[in-house]
Amino acid sequence: MAARAPRPRSDESTGVSVAGSIGRVVAYVVLIVLAVAIIYPLAWMALNGFKSNAELFGDPWGLPTTWRWENFAKAWNLGVVRYLANSVIVAGASVVTTILFSAMAAYALTRHRIPFAGPITVLLLGGMMLAPTVALIPLFRLLQALGIFDTYWALIVLYTAFRIPFTVFLIRAYMVTLSREIEDAAIVDGASRWQVFWLVIMPLSRPIIVSAALLQALFAWNEFVFALVFINDTDLKTLPVGLLAMQGRVLSDWPVLFAALTMAAIPMIVLFLAGQRQFIRGLSEGFGK
Amino acid sequence: MSLTSRRGRWSMLLWVAPAVLLLVVFVYYPVVDNLWLSLFRWNAFSPSETWVGLDNYGALTQDPVFWSSLFNNVAYAVVSVIFQVGGGLVLAAILEELIHGRWKGFFRTVYFVPAVLSLTITGLLFQFMYNPQIGLVNGLLDVLGLDAWKHSWLGESATAIWAIIAMSQWQSIGYVMVLFIVAMQRIPRELHEAAYIDGASRRQAFFRITVPLVREMTLLAMIITVSGAFLVFNEVQVLTAGGPNNSSHTLGTWLYKSAFFNDQMGYAAAIAVVIFLITLTASIVQLFLGRGKSVQY
Repeated sequence: MAARAPRPRSDESTGVSVAGSIGRVVAYVVLIVLAVAIIYPLAWMALNGFKSNAELFGDPWGLPTTWRWENFAKAWNLGVVRYLANSVIVAGASVVTTILFSAMAAYALTRHRIPFAGPITVLLLGGMMLAPTVALIPLFRLLQALGIFDTYWALIVLYTAFRIPFTVFLIRAYMVTLSREIEDAAIVDGASRWQVFWLVIMPLSRPIIVSAALLQALFAWNEFVFALVFINDTDLKTLPVGLLAMQGRVLSDWPVLFAALTMAAIPMIVLFLAGQRQFIRGLSEGFGK
Repeated sequence: MSLTSRRGRWSMLLWVAPAVLLLVVFVYYPVVDNLWLSLFRWNAFSPSETWVGLDNYGALTQDPVFWSSLFNNVAYAVVSVIFQVGGGLVLAAILEELIHGRWKGFFRTVYFVPAVLSLTITGLLFQFMYNPQIGLVNGLLDVLGLDAWKHSWLGESATAIWAIIAMSQWQSIGYVMVLFIVAMQRIPRELHEAAYIDGASRRQAFFRITVPLVREMTLLAMIITVSGAFLVFNEVQVLTAGGPNNSSHTLGTWLYKSAFFNDQMGYAAAIAVVIFLITLTASIVQLFLGRGKSVQY
């Protein structure tokens, strides 16, 4: 960062007292204890993935004596690779459909005067009030009747339908603020609505699209109820349900399970660290107003 | 708009059609259908449905597991409001007011990490942490000399739900904290600076400036937390599946077990109606409060 004129730090503008610095120490202690309470179990999980069963039960707090990467290979082959692929497929597909349909709806509602705009907006946003659990039993029948029970489509369709309300809400609030000038210029130049949407509106909305896509990926990656009830085929299970099934299969081999958990945790942690700003923007647009 | 013809206006409906169709078919229709299905006795594999009127609701009131599930949801909500909303608010204020530079970002990131993990991952991890012989929790109590407090946390009816609730606080406090940080960053810096110049302590500034100005976010966070508490499913399913002796069920897991293990689909639909009414109430309260005026200085 470029050199700046020194700005008075906020604590210098306070009368710094002894009590103030004790308070600061206490605050730091609280923050550090909490950080340790979060990092330590996660580190413990990763380390346990390298142990043998004997080490894990004999010395649960200790470090592994040798780094047994074979646990990770075993977990990978026992199902992690399959569940990971299923999660990528379902999350990826639902991100595309959710963003596309939500952005199209938001575009029509904010950039055009369409008939029944009011009722349509209420219908789309009102969906935020309805929880997946409440629809579980009728959906069980509906998906069977439609012939998509126990397929990827069951999850892709439901993840899209249940997340359109929130995603429309996010994107709509952003599109309202876009200036009309570029859009009008493109229309005067003879661009079709489809071209305006893809070449003008979507690029201008990129920040919120990225945030919405990250939040959708997080949701689809971790969703559990639908994935548990609507998928029976072991080969189609996503990570949250697959890991649970794996626990049964490797019951006596905890280190392999820890290796599996660690591998399953990594993609979302990496995605979050890489897109932290977009994640937080999505949350603040969604809830901050 | 002059550039949009009348026919063009109607054709724009095609742009909202996919979203509207998906919602109507997969969200609205099932929720309404569920109300209807709760009036029948039926199971998953027989097509015959017997009209029983409100009998399923009558059975609910007689079912001790329903009441203990509801109690567990309420406990979840109360504890989560205290720790996640109260704790998240205090943590956010500490980070925003006292910590500067890179450590601020470090703590914020660390606290948020559990919120992006699947509840299955944290659930299986905590199952091991709560293990009576080798778990970290009892191990820590040993180190602190508190052997008497050791429990088979997930194996005892008295402690199971509380152990699950504790894990949830661990997982979600960072998420609520980030919501508060977002709200606090909208407070003009000058308000705090002026207060400090006038000799206010940090505690006074927190209670007199920060808390009133994040009031809206506090209400929103409470509603999100409370309605989340009534939808709890994954964490219970992974840690105990409702056991021991059905003591740690929540409405969600009791619905699931009733429908797919006890094969009482109509009864499960009645539980879903209860969840629907509770979460709908929370949403309506949110809508109503959202229209209120925010505090302005």
